[in-house]
Amino acid sequence: MNTNYHIKSYCSIKNNQVSLNGSVVYKDEEESFSPFIKAAYKDQNTKYPKFFKMDKLSKLAFLAADVLLKNENLSSEEENNIAIVFSNKASSLDTDRKHQESIQNKESYFPSPAVFVYTLPNICIGEISIKYKLYSENSFFIFENFNATHLLTYSNSLLSSNKADQVLCGWVEFDGEDNYEAFLYLVSAEGTITNSKQDIIKLYNT
Amino acid sequence: MSKVYVSHNNIISSLGFTSETVVANISNEVSGLQRIDDTSILPEPFYTSLIPTETLQENFNTLNTKANYTRLEQMMITSLSTVITASNIEINDRVGLIISTTKGNVDALDANNPFHKDRAYLSELGNQVKEFFHFKNDAIVVSNACVSGILAVAIAKRYIQQGIYDHVFITSGDVITEFILSGFNSFQALSSEPCKPYDANRTGINIGEVAASVLVTKDADALAKEAVTILGEGSCNDANHISGPSRTGEGLYRSMQSAFTQANISAAEVDFISAHGTATMFNDEMEAIAFSRMDLSTVPLNSLKGYFGHSLGASGLVETIVGMHSLKNNTLYKSLGFETSGVTKPINVITETTKKNINRFLKTASGFGGCNTAILFQKTN
Repeated sequence: MNTNYHIKSYCSIKNNQVSLNGSVVYKDEEESFSPFIKAAYKDQNTKYPKFFKMDKLSKLAFLAADVLLKNENLSSEEENNIAIVFSNKASSLDTDRKHQESIQNKESYFPSPAVFVYTLPNICIGEISIKYKLYSENSFFIFENFNATHLLTYSNSLLSSNKADQVLCGWVEFDGEDNYEAFLYLVSAEGTITNSKQDIIKLYNT
Repeated sequence: MSKVYVSHNNIISSLGFTSETVVANISNEVSGLQRIDDTSILPEPFYTSLIPTETLQENFNTLNTKANYTRLEQMMITSLSTVITASNIEINDRVGLIISTTKGNVDALDANNPFHKDRAYLSELGNQVKEFFHFKNDAIVVSNACVSGILAVAIAKRYIQQGIYDHVFITSGDVITEFILSGFNSFQALSSEPCKPYDANRTGINIGEVAASVLVTKDADALAKEAVTILGEGSCNDANHISGPSRTGEGLYRSMQSAFTQANISAAEVDFISAHGTATMFNDEMEAIAFSRMDLSTVPLNSLKGYFGHSLGASGLVETIVGMHSLKNNTLYKSLGFETSGVTKPINVITETTKKNINRFLKTASGFGGCNTAILFQKTN
């Protein structure tokens, strides 16, 4: 297994808390996901009006990516070839349920394109790509549980075949207001943490 | 880096239950699309292609199944079973399973569906297929909008070249559901007539039902006659819009560049393009711009959507399979539904099924979320 790659930084959003590289950057004691993510967005000074149009999975993934990438001081002059490889268990089911509700009864039949477009898990990758101008490799995978081995194999493949300079990997799960979790990490040639199964799992469980 | 091949394959569709039957129908310009006028599914009439339920049931029942399987699981299992049998490969820990789908068993969310709502989890779909064939590894489910089927081939290749697997089976599919139809209809993307990719009078998409499966392998022995070598692949985002394609074809252009760089061949060495061609105004125009930027304007091109419609998670894979047979049969298949060009850049749409010695083709796809994928394939025999 290739161990030339490192984890440069990592970010998580869970239990009403946003952390970057192991330090809490925003915390909110009592609220449920929707008010929490809005408050976190404001606190992090994200300033991106499109955020409010996103579904909950995209809001979660977008904010986690934004907190992580903002800290990278990416060049705005040159392109950044950062691939995005995300995964989760529930795909876009939260929005799927919403679309299903809008068509379940013929009396209240009202499917909306603004909802339907989010019935694909990879839309959140599109949102991040638009904000950060990432014309890069991207893919969304579904697993029953967090799958460090898969993320390791796939990021190694993208980096060693020169498809990407860095890979933003992770798990972004939204399956109801009280069942959400984002864990993203940036794999690069630089960094102090080895991109190994052991270290990925350790960071995920932190 | 070891060579990777796409070998044994199967298509289950309105045009037949084997790749050969389907390709013979395409060769005879038979379309599997039909008009449905049923307000319980959609307020307006629409065109689709449906897998005949009775034939599916008959084929599935021969597989000796005890448990209850959803329609999509039956489609995938029936299709994949054919490929596993033809491959004659022992399912051990060096064999992977990839499942490509956009919506999986989303029909389980419908209050009138007999299956439990939890069946809509894509990991559950993966488990059902895994358990049926006793795969040793968990299924890798790819859900990346309309590029999923072709992206799955790139992912299989990457797993093999990373040394994780020797062989990967891919199965792909989506069922025609009210969920999907109502959504595309809300975008006003559905056509009320058979779709006309790249045509001046195109009026939108037909959604179609297909299950397609292949074996991707590094083993050059015992390949199928129509097997192809994967020369290069690439997948790039438009970074432009979540539901509309880029006006400049940026992501598709970059995907092709990435594939050509890896393949180390020039545009002139491609014999035909199996394009995406959904027959929406914006998609077809975007593709024409990207092909033009890539100097592919004169390369013969088809979209197979006029035969099956857009089969979502299966589309990239079923079109790859037809492309493989196209190489083996040395035949360029007509792009059904095209008469007069309706895109602003020149493209060479195949208007007549023609015999020609051909060796390489380019497969492309694009989808919501700004995703695009391109793969270059070469004949092996």
